[in-house]
Amino acid sequence: MNKYLSQLTSWVDERFPLTSNIKAHLTEYYAPKNFNFWYFFGSLALLVLVLQIVTGVFLTMHYKPDADMAFASVEYIMRDVPWGWLIRYMHSTGASMFFVVVYLHMFRGLLYGSYRNPRELIWLFGMGIFLALMGEAFFGYLLPWGQMSYWGAQVITSLFGTVPFIGPDIAEWLRGDYLTSDATLNRFFAFHVIALPLVLLGLVAAHIIALHEVGSNNPDGVEIKKHKDKATGIPLDGIPFHPYYTVKDIVGVVVFLMVFSVIVFFAPEFGGYFLEANNFVPANPLQTPAHIAPTWYFTPYYSILRAVPPIGISQFPGVVAMGLSVVAFAFLPWLDRSPVKSIRYKGNLYKGWLAAFVVSFFVLGYLGTVPANIWGTFDKSVRFFGGLDYAALVARIFTVVYFLFFILMPWYTKKDKTKPVPERVTG
Amino acid sequence: MSDNQNDKQEGSSRACGCAQVDIDKRNFLISTSAIGALGCAATAVPFVASMTPSERAKAAGAPVEVDVSKLKPGEKTTAEWRGQPVWVIRRTDEMLAKLAAHNDQLSDPDLEVPQQPEYCKNKVRAIKPEYAVMLGTCTHLGCSPNESFAVTADWDGGFVCPCHGSKFDLSGRVFKGSPAPTNLVIPPHTYLSETVILIGEDAKESA
Repeated sequence: MNKYLSQLTSWVDERFPLTSNIKAHLTEYYAPKNFNFWYFFGSLALLVLVLQIVTGVFLTMHYKPDADMAFASVEYIMRDVPWGWLIRYMHSTGASMFFVVVYLHMFRGLLYGSYRNPRELIWLFGMGIFLALMGEAFFGYLLPWGQMSYWGAQVITSLFGTVPFIGPDIAEWLRGDYLTSDATLNRFFAFHVIALPLVLLGLVAAHIIALHEVGSNNPDGVEIKKHKDKATGIPLDGIPFHPYYTVKDIVGVVVFLMVFSVIVFFAPEFGGYFLEANNFVPANPLQTPAHIAPTWYFTPYYSILRAVPPIGISQFPGVVAMGLSVVAFAFLPWLDRSPVKSIRYKGNLYKGWLAAFVVSFFVLGYLGTVPANIWGTFDKSVRFFGGLDYAALVARIFTVVYFLFFILMPWYTKKDKTKPVPERVTG
Repeated sequence: MSDNQNDKQEGSSRACGCAQVDIDKRNFLISTSAIGALGCAATAVPFVASMTPSERAKAAGAPVEVDVSKLKPGEKTTAEWRGQPVWVIRRTDEMLAKLAAHNDQLSDPDLEVPQQPEYCKNKVRAIKPEYAVMLGTCTHLGCSPNESFAVTADWDGGFVCPCHGSKFDLSGRVFKGSPAPTNLVIPPHTYLSETVILIGEDAKESA
């Protein structure tokens, strides 16, 4: 039996690089031995991607991308299709969990300087994945054709309308109509189920190929390839990805699936954060819901959009600020001038700024979920701030902090008092 | 036979990559590549154009008639034009009287920004003062403001946007401090009779 198997393997290997690829990417891909909790989220992101594609394929079998039928077809999936509710809730929960996992994955990069030389391209491919993911989430959210789907899409496509001179034409071109309509739904469906998934898969492949070319970073931020076994050429601090990290990742997968199942079965709407109440009302172009908020993963950027006041009659500055708040991450490899990569050896200055950034991300994220006047408004008689909402002022302050984290980074990472970095990983 | 040998020699001298560059061949390659690239770019045109509003969408955007004969003073009716809400508000004399009172609180009381046809650039922003016609979509991010006609000590009646709190008066003029940058849009419209308004088209002769 073994003989036949090895014969089959060599038959394949002569025609396709099977064994050599398994070696290069799994059994002889040496990853640092000191990975910790934060290193679960890359493989978990891959798991959620697979979950989204599989559940998405099955949802497509019953969903109708037609303004007259979309809402009803989602309810049909929820009520009449055997196990349809489960597949739909897995897909909607998966969307939110995708962002949870990706945000933690990105924060890992911030902690350990994973974006630094020689991993800039891994980081940029990752940014591409993040943008494609935001596109997926936005296009997908229109498909149930609920009130929040509809008005969310209306607000976001209007953002393009704020571009000077050509804006209204771009918005009309994106919608394919004078307003969000059946034409918009149909093309968003095309983007959601075919165009962006293809882009996403290509970028994920590029992300992993680039990673395996230079090797993984680690919590110490030291290069394990600097110290190799003289005889074998294997990094002294490296262990084969398979079986060591496949086993570790399976533990992560099991814990993740437990959390995922609890949400899917007991709180699929997650108190209105994963699926908003207004989205269980069919889209009505003549009636805006009382309060419009994007789903939680967009709210920090949405807060920034709201915080920036218009210049003259143009909303464009806010839109630009929102775009920059997302794209800013892409510049990190060149903004960080610290001599060390990992937060373990960075000084208090960097730690302070990172903490301030995290706080502003959460505060902006919270403010983006609530109406602008939640805390009340300055009295008209107050100088400068008269008529301004309290929450708007707070959002402006934290928007400034958010951007200062990036803008001042070249300065404070250089000035920071770093600790000496060890030669080898510390475990 | 000798021709063949000649060819071979020429070929080998070119292979060394240093001496003769065949300018004609290079120009040919550059020009054909450029034309090919142009062809590819031209092919993008139908794909981009396919995403613009279709003939059906354009037809659905045709003008609509609104009959206001049953509208009571102080009431609003909503028509649909190009899928957007168009409000017709029948304003009472008290409502009209209050319009001029809060000019100092408005961003653009004198209608400097062309958010209305020329024939509505007047004190009441209307062809007939009694009937105000405007698009019910907020100039901030396209939400539909809610009516708030009840007059209080510091509110003369108007519209409040549920999304980000923009406030408008009964002529659709925006109050200062609102996220909305401009007054509500007044669509082109004309009166077909005393009580029938055609929305989406200017008057043929008078405009």
